[in-house]
Amino acid sequence: MSATTHGTNSLHRQRMWALWGSYAALAVFVIIFLVPPFYTIITSLKSSAEISAQDGSPWMVKHPSLENFWYLITYSNFQTYYLNSVMITAVTVVVSMVISVLAAFSLSRMGFWGSGVLSTGVFLTYLVPPSLLFIPLFQIVGSLGLINSVWCLILLYPTLAVPFCTWIMIGYFSSIPKELDEAALIDGANYLQILTKIFIPVAMPGIIAATIFAFTVAWGAFLYPLAYLYTSNQMVLTVGIISDLIRGDVFQWGKIMAACLLASLPPIVIYAFLMDYYVAGLTAGATKG
Amino acid sequence: MADGSGIAATMTSPGAGRVPMGMMQRFLQRRSTVAFLLCLPLIALIAGFVIYPAFYAIYLSMLNKKMTTFVGFGNFAFLLKRHTFQLVIFQSCLFAVTAVVLKAILGFILAHLMHNIPGGNQKIWRGLLLVPWVIPLALSTLTWWWMFDPSYSAFNWILNQFGLENVPWLGVGWIARICTITVNVWFGTPFFMIMYLAALKSVPEQLYEAAAIDGANAVQKLFFVTLPMMRNIISITVLFSLIVTFADFDIVRILTGGGPQDMTHVFATYAFQVGIQSGDIPLGAADSLFMFPILAFAAFFVLRGVTQRTKEIAT
Repeated sequence: MSATTHGTNSLHRQRMWALWGSYAALAVFVIIFLVPPFYTIITSLKSSAEISAQDGSPWMVKHPSLENFWYLITYSNFQTYYLNSVMITAVTVVVSMVISVLAAFSLSRMGFWGSGVLSTGVFLTYLVPPSLLFIPLFQIVGSLGLINSVWCLILLYPTLAVPFCTWIMIGYFSSIPKELDEAALIDGANYLQILTKIFIPVAMPGIIAATIFAFTVAWGAFLYPLAYLYTSNQMVLTVGIISDLIRGDVFQWGKIMAACLLASLPPIVIYAFLMDYYVAGLTAGATKG
Repeated sequence: MADGSGIAATMTSPGAGRVPMGMMQRFLQRRSTVAFLLCLPLIALIAGFVIYPAFYAIYLSMLNKKMTTFVGFGNFAFLLKRHTFQLVIFQSCLFAVTAVVLKAILGFILAHLMHNIPGGNQKIWRGLLLVPWVIPLALSTLTWWWMFDPSYSAFNWILNQFGLENVPWLGVGWIARICTITVNVWFGTPFFMIMYLAALKSVPEQLYEAAAIDGANAVQKLFFVTLPMMRNIISITVLFSLIVTFADFDIVRILTGGGPQDMTHVFATYAFQVGIQSGDIPLGAADSLFMFPILAFAAFFVLRGVTQRTKEIAT
């Protein structure tokens, strides 16, 4: 009897140790992983004078000020980058979602000759990284006369977002029971009605996850804008910050960090509010839904 | 979709006293035709901006610098003989393999730690750990660059506090290589953690109980229950990350620009330097195409893994 209670006791103690050990280890990881964002915030609050003085700990801020943020908000180039990013991202998200929802509906429910091959092709396209094709695309964009125009990004970003969005939408749509749309068909609904009244509402979590993905891709893309844009009136945030705030050997680190912070804000806010959908979108890549 | 009601009507009440339609009209209202039309934007996008550029890349890579004469595989042969490009091959492999292995191990550890703590708290910790993945990589790499700064470096200051010498983080080849890998590991580990955590949660608890009854210890449970059950997800995640990491551009471009002495260049950054900055489009295209075999190899196995997993879930 005493042996068993002793046994459960030690088991209990073991569990407690495992639990607190996990918390401690996780805390260490969290601190390490959050060092860069923390340092971004610290630096963004420093004035240029404080950074160039180079005395004391760089990890602390002596005279916190918002002058970097104020400078950026009133700086017309930065406003342009922000507006361009917002505009391009919004168009990309809408276009990508329309294309992928229509295609996913068709591929998951209606089907036609070759639709199976197309589904596989969509997944393989998702695995094509932007750095594989950016040089031929440079020529293609050039021949369309869209070099140094935000329109080239609007044209190209959907290629990065659509395959994955279609793929996860196929997964979500396939999980909807067939009886549901059969019942709707019998009631005289047409395909448009089935899509808008049944599929989209039922698969809303998938649509949100796909939208978040399209947003993240379009907001954070770096290679295409770097390769295809070169004047500041056409640039987006990711490349604008680098080309504008780094002049030769002069690094205005306070302003760069403040700009990074402002530019990372939309993804972080979306993530903070829609974390579950965000995570669902991440893991959906490995399975169909 | 305006003719959608027509399809539904013909399907539910075939030929119920309807006026016969014209051939074209009937063709347009067939279910498979509508399905094809719905996919048309997708097909156009993939054909126009993925498949066509892929073949165009092959064509481009076989031209000379001025793009006037056909040189066959001359560009590929030229690249292979060039010392810088040999470094690029080595560094791309080093970067991708080291980073993926480290991410997989760290992600695995993190997923297990996460799995140990109660569900309610998991969300908070997961939320904090995913932050590196959420910040656009091009922006967070700027912060890393600033932390590696030689003159007023955040890291060197810490080293100085312990009485150590300054380290020229991005100024010496091997250290710079390690720095680029570090940034990639920092960025990508949360993704592995999330994937592995999802896999861990899908392992039925009964399997562990059965193993415990058979007298399995923690290590045996890991090797005979957890790993076999997670095998598929592990391989999908690793191969997927291998593709993304191998083709990475942002980190190396911002952090080192390929330097010092081309000792951190990877395929993507080198293609950018050669093709866009120096204007040798064919050579850049050839450089990018060198990635293709490895990407295709990984993509094949990812696809196989995903198809298998879909079947497993379905049954």
